[in-house]
Amino acid sequence: MCLGIPGEVIEINPEQPDLAKVDVSGVRRMINIGLLVDDPPVPGEWVLIHVGFALSKIDEREAAAAMEFLEGIGQAYEDEIAALRASLIE
Amino acid sequence: MRFVDEFRDADKARALAAKIAALCEPGRRYKLMEVCGGHTHTIYKHGLEDYLPEAIQLVHGPGCPVCVIPMGRVDDAIHLASQPDVIMTSFGDMMRVPGSGGSFFDANAEGTSIRMVYSPLDSLKIARQNPDKQVVFMAIGFETTAPSTAMTMLRAAREGLTNFSVFCNHVTIVPAIKAILDSPDLRLDGFIGPGHVSTVIGCRPYEFIASQYGKPVVTAGFEPLDILQSIYMLMVQLSQGRSEVENQYSRVVPWDGNQAALRAINETMELRPYFEWRGLGFISHSALKVREKYAAMDAELLFAVPGVRVADPKACQCGEVLKGVLKPWECKVFGTACTPETPIGTCMVSPEGACAAYYNFGRMNRNRVPEAQVTRA
Repeated sequence: MCLGIPGEVIEINPEQPDLAKVDVSGVRRMINIGLLVDDPPVPGEWVLIHVGFALSKIDEREAAAAMEFLEGIGQAYEDEIAALRASLIE
Repeated sequence: MRFVDEFRDADKARALAAKIAALCEPGRRYKLMEVCGGHTHTIYKHGLEDYLPEAIQLVHGPGCPVCVIPMGRVDDAIHLASQPDVIMTSFGDMMRVPGSGGSFFDANAEGTSIRMVYSPLDSLKIARQNPDKQVVFMAIGFETTAPSTAMTMLRAAREGLTNFSVFCNHVTIVPAIKAILDSPDLRLDGFIGPGHVSTVIGCRPYEFIASQYGKPVVTAGFEPLDILQSIYMLMVQLSQGRSEVENQYSRVVPWDGNQAALRAINETMELRPYFEWRGLGFISHSALKVREKYAAMDAELLFAVPGVRVADPKACQCGEVLKGVLKPWECKVFGTACTPETPIGTCMVSPEGACAAYYNFGRMNRNRVPEAQVTRA
């Protein structure tokens, strides 16, 4: 729950612009980008995701470092990805 | 030295270890608190204490949201979930936290419906799919997750959903830090500030720690080098007699936080006069409740919540661990009666809890890297 996981923005939902499809380690899910309304991300940019919401924009290098770190922590990250997989935000 | 090779930049870590050791004043001891449970996890996972001289002690703080939920709130949640036509939803981290009569998992085994969700937005979907049920989201967490709950409430309001509500247990980090600073049990020299919470609130709220209490604060990222770098920054301040708020994690944390997130929280929630924290007791203005404007989504108003205060089990010393007074292994039941499989206290439940982190990765014997030895000329 407390882990921030990096995701790459794939597309903004044309009907609901506060939703975006992101790619997290190959898992593609919808997340909410409404908290970045002051500086909205565009496809190709990276965001740090907490419980289905993008909380900050990050650069690709930070995303890679964060991902390497998360993969190193093991079970807690696997649980988070499993939970993300089960998520059906719409 | 099996941990030394476990992260990529061990050479840089050793270089930092040497710089940190060089800043230690002879005969002085330093206690630095990492506030955030994510940092505690990294410290144990990567054996970062091995990179610090003996004079520096890391003290684990209260920043694990699951760990600070008192038993009474778990009982209240199970009571809510067992009302007719209620579906409760919760983050997975919360499911094994023991209340006085068992955890959410135990309650489910007895027929209660508490569903795990990844995001509060998943609860909205469950509410749409079950118009004849009341869906109650067990909202927990610091300012990192509070904006998500707030945004979900705003979305529910826009959609006109009438069967979604929130059992609000959001807590705020600054009053907890202040409670620790005011506690006579513990004398700290500085703080490793939380990373993700600061993404939302920024660094300004910590300024009182530096200006009123004279302690340096460095907001830190989560990788091993981030934490060592922030310890170095704290030690530089201490060696120069400064106390300021610095931001080691500026690549993610803006100094002023995330204004949209703060607006969403402020629109939907307000401070409670007081809230009970496990182990820390009642702390003034330390938690959030649903604003009256959104009363229709406040589970505490929609349902009769018993609100019974339940004392922690006598054997459990989570309170002392959360305040940093005891190390996890100094608790009487650590690793014997209390394990991650059968937790007695909350600190053993969450992977961010100090006890679980120590149980999974910790060692009694430290194997300090040579660079971390303080050499005397």
